Amino acid sequence: MTRAATGTPVERTVRRRTTGPGAGRRTRPAVTSLVLTALLLVSVTAGLAIGSVHVPPGQVWGIVTHSLGADWREPDWSRARETIVLDVRAPRVLLGAVTGAGLAVIGTALQALVRNPLAEPYLLGVSSGASLGAVSVLVFGFTLFGAASLPMAAFGGALGALLLVYATARTGGRITSSRLVLSGVAIAAMLTAVLDLLLLTTDRGNETRAVLAWTLGGLGGVGWGTLWLPSTALLLGIGVLMAQARNLNLLLAGEEAATTLGLDVARFRARLFVLLSLVTGVLVAAAGPIGFVGLMTPHIVRLFVGGDHRRVLPTAALAGAVFLVWADIAARTIAAPMEIPVGVLTALCGGPFFLWLMRRDARRGTDRGVA
Amino acid sequence: MTATDLSVDGVTLTAGAHHLVRDVSLTARPGETIGLVGPNGSGKSSLLRTVYRVLRPDTGQVRVDGGDAWALPVRQLARTVAAVVQDSAADFDLAVREVVAMGRTPHKRLLAGDTPEDAGLIESALLAVDAAHLADRPFDRLSGGERQRVLIARALAQRPTLLVLDEPTNHLDIRHQLSVLGTLRRLPTTVLLALHDLNLAAHYCDRLYVLHDGEVTASGPPSEILTPGLLAEVYGVAADVATHPRTGAPHVTFLPEEPPA
Repeated sequence: MTRAATGTPVERTVRRRTTGPGAGRRTRPAVTSLVLTALLLVSVTAGLAIGSVHVPPGQVWGIVTHSLGADWREPDWSRARETIVLDVRAPRVLLGAVTGAGLAVIGTALQALVRNPLAEPYLLGVSSGASLGAVSVLVFGFTLFGAASLPMAAFGGALGALLLVYATARTGGRITSSRLVLSGVAIAAMLTAVLDLLLLTTDRGNETRAVLAWTLGGLGGVGWGTLWLPSTALLLGIGVLMAQARNLNLLLAGEEAATTLGLDVARFRARLFVLLSLVTGVLVAAAGPIGFVGLMTPHIVRLFVGGDHRRVLPTAALAGAVFLVWADIAARTIAAPMEIPVGVLTALCGGPFFLWLMRRDARRGTDRGVA
Repeated sequence: MTATDLSVDGVTLTAGAHHLVRDVSLTARPGETIGLVGPNGSGKSSLLRTVYRVLRPDTGQVRVDGGDAWALPVRQLARTVAAVVQDSAADFDLAVREVVAMGRTPHKRLLAGDTPEDAGLIESALLAVDAAHLADRPFDRLSGGERQRVLIARALAQRPTLLVLDEPTNHLDIRHQLSVLGTLRRLPTTVLLALHDLNLAAHYCDRLYVLHDGEVTASGPPSEILTPGLLAEVYGVAADVATHPRTGAPHVTFLPEEPPA
């Protein structure tokens, strides 16, 4: 039996690292998570320190721990700095981390559910659906669910868009990459057009500007009050998906095989679609549609920990959080004092990544467009 | 219990106006190896799909140890019936060991980790198909034959009492065709498999069902049913059937078409 190595030398190295034998396999995900957790701490600190007023990292930690009741350091900062770190930057940085983590796990699960590596809430029009739902609430002033009206409407929009894309992309039990992306793009375009129409014809001039900025995806202007709903949704999402990680793995085997391995595929998919739409809706309602985080993160993470969802999901959550915290730091410093919507930056990174992924899949012959 | 009693009673399956399977009845007693043979499009795969619960029969019943297979929860059935299907895709980075580990899923509770027992079952399943050395390789980089063996290992790791396989020897080289079929034959499990190669079917199966246009044309021990007359009727070719002097199994030789007179 020969063990012929395939792929380019680089790919071989990557694979050997990720699928090495024995103990290495078990420790590597732990190491990856540890490194990422440390990185997340550094990123959050940087997010709190960097800005128009620079606060040294040591002082950031002093302010944060002081507010938590630990007085290891004599307060040597002004009240203004405390306000900047705790009330202006902290909610924003945390929302960035929560949104990044959420989008990354949603992308991971969506890629398994539609069995397609190009799946992502933004590309599939799910985020547009959520935006449209949220904007309808703002424009028409529905308040059926009180304060939760906005996220509820975003959830409804997200679910509607996801079902629509899924139904149009699926033929003969299969979803080809090209069909999926095309339906996603077409449906996103339609939903965005309706959204623009709503914004243009509404006579609330001032609000329109704010809403328009929000539709580009941004983390600015959030307070602590905005944070609890996205955080709850994230915990719920990660919890359920981790519990279902084995079943997500089964989907990688194909629908028929997954059935023979004990998974009721249709029911499972329906339930997770609802869950993913809910989390997407809540995140979009808080931070606007931010694209490509859900596409890039799972793929990069799989290079390091392999494809098993029990490892991909937590790692992707951490990596997505780190990525979006830094993207937001860049968004508010690159053109300071002007702020770039963070969604614009993620699209700048994500677009090329998407193209690379598409070409890689074409080379591997995994675009089932011919199947 | 290590082997299942399977009985398919009068199963009919249609797609639109077209009959894929028409009133097929079949039994597999515990421990038997039953082969389905027949030309392309004769309904072998469709019939197997009604057994492993992917296509619901329009009429008739699939009974596993007396109970209706379609009345059980999918997960519960998966602890009894494992299948190697033809639709297999994996473009994601799973190592071979992880693919085989999927076979343990129907036996695992929510959030339960892999135990040493699972690891042992995975290892022995890989050994049984001569794929232990592939355990850490990425599945999507394997050859077609290697993948097929890994998928059979996954079904073995499921510890089924009925194993259903659709053309398990596809993509396999001769050596592995023989070793895989030999392994299946030696399992205490009941085995139902569709096979292309009549000689392999004759050698490894206790009984055969010959399907033609969705109906059972003949069934019984290979030596009784593989006759030139049947092969001419079902496959439309002339064949010579002899008893092989070494194996004792019927041996089919297809004869080239006569030049037109």
